[in-house]
Amino acid sequence: MSKRELRNLAGKSLVGILCAITAGMLIVFLYGIFSRGIGVLSWEFISQPPRSGMTEGGIFPAIVGTFWLTLLSIAIALPMGILCAIYLYSYGRPLWFVKLVKLAINTLVGIPSIIYGLFGMAVFVNMLSLDVSLISGALTLAILALPLIINAAEEALQGVPKDFTEASIALGAPISKTILRVVLPTAMPNILTGTIISIGRVAGETAPIMFTAATFYSRRLPSSLSHEVMALPYHIFALMTEGSKGSLQAPIAYGSAVVLLLMVLGVSSIAIIIRYRFRRNKQW
Amino acid sequence: MQIMEKSFKTLSYIAALFSIAAVFGIILSIFLEGLPLFKVVSIQEFIWGNAWYPTHGEAPQFGIRNLLIGSVYATLGALVIAVPLGLGSAIFISEIATPRLREIAKPAVELLAAIPSVVYGLFGMAILAPFIRELFDLSTGLNLLSTSIILGLMVVPIIASMSEDALSTVPKHMREASLALGATQWETITGVVLPAARSGIVGSVLQGFGRAIGETMVVLMVAGGSAQIPGSIFESLRPLTSTIAAEMGETVMGDLHYRSLFAIAIVLFLITFVTNLVAELVFLKRRLK
Repeated sequence: MSKRELRNLAGKSLVGILCAITAGMLIVFLYGIFSRGIGVLSWEFISQPPRSGMTEGGIFPAIVGTFWLTLLSIAIALPMGILCAIYLYSYGRPLWFVKLVKLAINTLVGIPSIIYGLFGMAVFVNMLSLDVSLISGALTLAILALPLIINAAEEALQGVPKDFTEASIALGAPISKTILRVVLPTAMPNILTGTIISIGRVAGETAPIMFTAATFYSRRLPSSLSHEVMALPYHIFALMTEGSKGSLQAPIAYGSAVVLLLMVLGVSSIAIIIRYRFRRNKQW
Repeated sequence: MQIMEKSFKTLSYIAALFSIAAVFGIILSIFLEGLPLFKVVSIQEFIWGNAWYPTHGEAPQFGIRNLLIGSVYATLGALVIAVPLGLGSAIFISEIATPRLREIAKPAVELLAAIPSVVYGLFGMAILAPFIRELFDLSTGLNLLSTSIILGLMVVPIIASMSEDALSTVPKHMREASLALGATQWETITGVVLPAARSGIVGSVLQGFGRAIGETMVVLMVAGGSAQIPGSIFESLRPLTSTIAAEMGETVMGDLHYRSLFAIAIVLFLITFVTNLVAELVFLKRRLK
C-alpha cells in the first residue's frame, strides 16, 4: 500500500472514529438518563402531585404547567411569526427595512435564554405588574419562539413554487387572496413541522421561566393566567439544587427528565416524520 | 377588496415591526436596568475588578473579571471537544457515509439539538461529576473539565449540522474533478471540499461559541460556582450566565446587586451579538442577501 493510500485510509478512519465517539457519548448520555429514570415512571408518577416535601408522589402539576406555558407561547408567537414571514416573502419593501427585520430576527435567535428571562422579569413581571405568573412566562417564551417560527415559516413560503403565485395573480386574484388561498395552504405542512420543532425548544427552556413563571412547589393546578406554575425543566433543576433530601429527590429528577425527553423528542420526531412523508409525497 | 388588501398588508407590516420592537425592547430593558450601576462603579472596575462580593455589607465589590474569564474558559473547553467531534461527524456524514446512513444521521442530529439543556445539566451534575471525581480522586467533580465535556456535547449537534450543510453545498463537480486528477478521497476532502466550505465551517464554530457562552443551566449545575479563575481543569468556576441565574433571586429590585446582574447581561449580550453578527455577515452570508 502506498503512502498516499495509507493516508487516505487513516484520514477516513479518523473521521469515522470521531463520528463514532460522538454517537457513543450521546448514547451514554441518553442511557444514563433513561436507565435511572424509566423505573420511576408509573401512572401515579404522571398523574399525582408531589408529596412529603418533594420526596414522593408525582409530577402532574409540572406536566400541566409545561403544557400551558408551551401552548400559550406558541399560540401567541405563531400568528405573529407567520405574518412576519408573509411580509418578508411577499411585500419585502423597502429593502433597508427588510434587512433590519432580518438582522432583528438573527439577533433574537442568538440572544442567550437567560437574557430573555431578565427581559421578561423587567418588563412583564415588574413593569407591567403581571407578577411571576403563567402569562409572564408564556409571553417571554413567545418572544423566544418568534424568530424560530419566522425562520421556519419563511423557509416554507420560499419553497412554494413561483408558478403557483403567478397563476393566481394572472387570474386576477389580489396579493392578499393569493397568499391566503394559494401560498399559505401549500406551505402550511412545512410551517407546522417547523413550529412543532420549536415547541420542543420552548418546552425545554428553563432560564427564561426561572424568574417569570416557575415555582418549585404548588399543589394546585394553574386555573388562571396570573398563577405561578410548576414546569418540568425547572422542576428538574430545583429537585437537584433545592430541598434537603437530595438522595430522595434525585430519582424524581431522573423521572421528570425522562418525561421531558419523551415529550420533546416525541414531538420533534413526529414533526420530522411528517415532513419526510410530505416531501416524498408532494406533487410538484 | 381594496380594504382587505390594505389591512392585510398593514397587519403583516406590523408583525415585521414587532420583531424589531422585540429586539429593541430586550436591549432597552437590560440597558435601562443595568447602566445605572456605572454611576457607582466605574466600567473599568466592573470589567477588570477581580473581586465579586455583591452582597458584602459595607463595601460590596462588583468586579466580573473572574466570571468573564470563567465563561471564556468553559466555552473554549467546550469547543476543544465539540469542534473535532462535530466537524469529524459532519465530514463523515457528508462525504463518507452511505446515502442510507446519511438519511438516518441527519434527522438524528436535528433531534439531538432539541434535547433541553437542563437534562444535560442533570447528567453532568449527577452522573458525570461523581465519575470524574472518582476517576481523578478529586474533592469535587463540579469543575472546568466536567463543564467543558457537557457543554461540548451540547454544542456538537450545532457544529455538526451547520458544517454538514456547508459541506453538502460544495458542488459535486469539484469533487469529481479532484478525483479524476487522481487525488484520493481523503486528499479531495482536505484539499478541495474543506477549503471550499471553509467559511461555512468557521461560521458554524462561531455559532457554537455563541451558544456555549450563553448557556445557563449546564454551567449553573455543573461548573461548581466559585468565583475564581480556575488554575487547572480540575478547579471549579463561575461563568457570567450562572452568576445571573444563581443570584437574581436574592436581589431586591433596583438595588446595586440587581443592577450589576443586568450589567452582566449587557456584557453577555454584546459578546453574543458581535459573535453572531460576524458569523452571519462575514462567514455565512446567507440571511442578509
